[in-house]
Amino acid sequence: MKPAPFAYERPRDIASALAVMASTDGVVKIMAGGQSLGPMLNLRLVAPDTIVDITGLAELKHVEVTGDELVIGACVTHADIEDGRIPDVTRGAMQRVASAIAYRAVRNRGTVGGSLSHADPSADWVSTFAALGATLSLRSAKGARRVAMKDFMLGALESVLQPREMLEAVRVPVMSASARWGYVKSCRKTGEFAHAIGAVLIDPEAGKARVVIGAVEAAPIIVESAEELFGGRITSDFGTKFDARVADNLLSKAGMSDAADRHIHVTVLRRAVAEAAA
Amino acid sequence: MRNERDISPAAPASKQGVGARVPRKEDDRLMRGRGQFVGDIRLTGLQDVAFVRSPLAHARIRAIHIPERYRDVVFTSADLIGIKPIRAITGLAGFKPSDQPILATDKIRQVGELVAMCVAPTRAEAEDIAASVTLDLEELPAVYDMLKAREPGAPLVHEHWGDNVFLESFFELDITKALDAPIKVTREISTARQCMSPLEGRGVIATFDHRLDQLTLYTGSQMPHIVRNGLSDCLEMDQGQIRIVSPDVGGGFGHKGILLPEEVCLSWLTMKRGFPVRWIEDRREHLVASSNCREHHYKITVYADRDGTLRGIDCEATVDSGAYSSYPFSACLEAAQVVSILPGPYQMPAYRCRTYSVATNKCPILPYRGVARTGVCFALELMLDLVAAEAGLEPGDVRLRNLVRPEQMPFDNITKKHFDSGDYPEALRRAVAQIDIQGIRARQRKGEDDGRLIGVGLSIYCEQAAHGTSVYSGWGIPMVPGHEQATARLTPDGGLELKVGVHSHGQGLETTLSQVAFELLGVDVGKIRVVHGDTAMTPYSTGTWGSRCMVMAGGAVATACHELGERAKKIGAKLLQVDEANVVLVDGEIRGPNGSVTLKEIAHTWYRRPQDLPGDVDPGGLEATSGYKPQRDSGTFSYAAHAVTVAVDPDLGDVEILDYVIVEDGGVLVNPMIVDGQIYGGLAQGIGTALYEEMPFDRAGQPLNTTLADYLLPGPTEVPAPWLDHMETPSPYTKFGVKGIGEGGAIAPPAAIGNAVNDALRGLGVEMLQSPITPRRVLEGILAARDAERTAV
Repeated sequence: MKPAPFAYERPRDIASALAVMASTDGVVKIMAGGQSLGPMLNLRLVAPDTIVDITGLAELKHVEVTGDELVIGACVTHADIEDGRIPDVTRGAMQRVASAIAYRAVRNRGTVGGSLSHADPSADWVSTFAALGATLSLRSAKGARRVAMKDFMLGALESVLQPREMLEAVRVPVMSASARWGYVKSCRKTGEFAHAIGAVLIDPEAGKARVVIGAVEAAPIIVESAEELFGGRITSDFGTKFDARVADNLLSKAGMSDAADRHIHVTVLRRAVAEAAA
Repeated sequence: MRNERDISPAAPASKQGVGARVPRKEDDRLMRGRGQFVGDIRLTGLQDVAFVRSPLAHARIRAIHIPERYRDVVFTSADLIGIKPIRAITGLAGFKPSDQPILATDKIRQVGELVAMCVAPTRAEAEDIAASVTLDLEELPAVYDMLKAREPGAPLVHEHWGDNVFLESFFELDITKALDAPIKVTREISTARQCMSPLEGRGVIATFDHRLDQLTLYTGSQMPHIVRNGLSDCLEMDQGQIRIVSPDVGGGFGHKGILLPEEVCLSWLTMKRGFPVRWIEDRREHLVASSNCREHHYKITVYADRDGTLRGIDCEATVDSGAYSSYPFSACLEAAQVVSILPGPYQMPAYRCRTYSVATNKCPILPYRGVARTGVCFALELMLDLVAAEAGLEPGDVRLRNLVRPEQMPFDNITKKHFDSGDYPEALRRAVAQIDIQGIRARQRKGEDDGRLIGVGLSIYCEQAAHGTSVYSGWGIPMVPGHEQATARLTPDGGLELKVGVHSHGQGLETTLSQVAFELLGVDVGKIRVVHGDTAMTPYSTGTWGSRCMVMAGGAVATACHELGERAKKIGAKLLQVDEANVVLVDGEIRGPNGSVTLKEIAHTWYRRPQDLPGDVDPGGLEATSGYKPQRDSGTFSYAAHAVTVAVDPDLGDVEILDYVIVEDGGVLVNPMIVDGQIYGGLAQGIGTALYEEMPFDRAGQPLNTTLADYLLPGPTEVPAPWLDHMETPSPYTKFGVKGIGEGGAIAPPAAIGNAVNDALRGLGVEMLQSPITPRRVLEGILAARDAERTAV
């Protein structure tokens, strides 16, 4: 289990990272923590010609609150969030999610941007940021663009990121005071990738709910206006209004044909709703 | 989870001797990261090996294409001229032997089988070369299911056999007498294929020393002398030309008791190329190509009376032995053991069992901690709970009705297993009391606030250990243990060296064997060195397996130390100028009527100042090698009762262990702290078998869980701290009354946990009869039961 040969670049800043990628032939892979890419290289599941390691870039560790958004640099680690080293705009939601990602050793090195770019359906951030309504800043030598998290992931290990384009930052809206958050995942053991994720952001005062069903072996199922899961309206007693049959139908329509799979996902979602209502 | 029992030491019989909780000597280096494992060894000019392994389970090799530039660094079977395949026969009637090629010849019989060997300055480069080799294979239908493999017309793993059965074993006594029993329960029960997963995988370094005319093989092995036997056979070299060194080893569990084709390959390669070569197994190789174990299937019927009295057991068991008979334990030890151990510690008047060791296109099955006992315990103990449910009795009461009783000891059971000592009912009663079954029954009636279902489960087993010549000569495998040897030597400064042919790789033998020597000679444990793991420095031994070391090597050390003490007494008597009959050895000194002389003084005089000794001193010196066998070599029988409470989440199928109790009797314990550690480790592995570990195969014979992201092992958060209780019934046959206990912790957990889960699910009409009990299996069982109920309505 040793990687195939590759060239390794460790640029000083974003500009030189983009320049290196623009001037390099062959397949380029960005490394931003390497907690998934490392094993994949060792198993020779990927064999890039060049690795551009951006983990150390100070610009990508920058965090600030701008207006009603928290902007998190792509190379902020899960442990940075778990340990409260960045401002909290989600009333502890991100901190709790971060603290249950894999194992501490992974959280020490793994980064938010690396996880999102890898686009593993079972990972926590792809579902969490979708539920939080985050936006991603992407950058390449051609320029910068923004993509809503809900539009970012296309499938398992597949996103709108173009070759030689990097994820620069995640922009998380400040959670409203009336919003309720619930996040539940099902794993067979601590640290294992999830088999089902339910993430909900419900604001009964605004009458709005965003629901994400994740770890579905594809991009998470995102329900931007989830009223139908709660009998047509989001009210303060949403916790008692959750309709498991609607959720089950939703999963059937999304192509989840196995009844046990649907049962697990509906259960996890129901528990996420209950957590939000508690 | 309740906290484990306070383990503050009880007053030991002596400060450092048998019964003392002496901290492990070996931990000083191991816990500081100063252990020396194969992977830590550096030799000048060392090159790394990577193997080209078969991507298919069953195929004919049409051609192996090696790029021209790599011709001289890639080797195939065509290069291994004169090297013999690995052959592990048995003496059992009807056994069909297999030849395991060192590198595949015409046919491939498992995914991961070695096809070519690539050598380069680094492992990464060797893997690059391996990736450049292409195989032209003609795929054959795979034998992936041991039950289908026995059907007529199945593809054949070894064509010339005519079927896929290594061996069929059979035992019957009076089964017809059981057939009219009022209770008859029949089930199919199975255990998944697992990988042993020690922290350290296999690793080999081979080098040749021309001065000594000797091949030295550094290999993480439980049984260095047996590796030497096997290598000598395959390479057709004199044993004196081969030295096996097994340095620090990070867990064996059976995986490191096997002669590997890789060991033969590297031995050949270093002699061919003239530089040292190394292969370190990576985790993927471990999961895909080696170390498989546990895959059993039982079709079993238990007959009983309404009061729970066992009337008989009828069983057909099948073991998936994989493609080859591995050396030295063979493909048949496991299934043949099932026949003889299935009745366990229970009395019954009738018994019939037929077993099949079946060849498939999978890795050879290897004996994993507990060997056949874990599967047997799972099958039998699950069945006893089903009998209890049928009879409307508490599972504990059914067991108490049938367990062998202390007043029957020693006891020969229905398959003539000779139980040396013990009080099995007492162990069970203590476990039942400690887990508080009545309290759990009350809690079950009340129900849980979180909607989970609570269940309690029991299991009990016996572990035959240190079985010797009379048992193994019957199997007729390449390895039969005889008298175990040990050497004891006083050094000139009064220290003690012990040399043993067994190997310590987690068992703490450097400590416990020192404690035995302290018991005999009174030499401080800190001044004793235990030399092991080197054929050049230790007496011959079959090595570490079968929970035998404390009984066999402990007995041998005691015997050698006794002999050494007698020699010291002779010298001491001369120095004290008294008759030898008038001196005794106490607390490390020879005492006579009017004075004493320490062993240190005796050693100093013998080695450094022989001029002080009279001319007629005994010339034997202060080094003694002696051999040992227990009075009976049919084995010691240790046992334990396990009791567990679980909570099952009926919507996700998750199982959480709430409480775990173990009441264990391992005879006299040399170091109770080390025994506790053995039990904790075994429990972790047993929980793996029960709930997590599984290597599934698809219809093409492809192993599916090929990384640790898929092959789940229990971690710290999945293994509870058990409540431990020791009983200490001495064995009447062994030195100090010790018994082997190394494997027991891994035997009972799947059965106890399975029974607990089934107890929790009984109201839903769901039974889990297959390990591991995954959330998926539990949930599918519950959903199927709900569907069935709906259909019935």
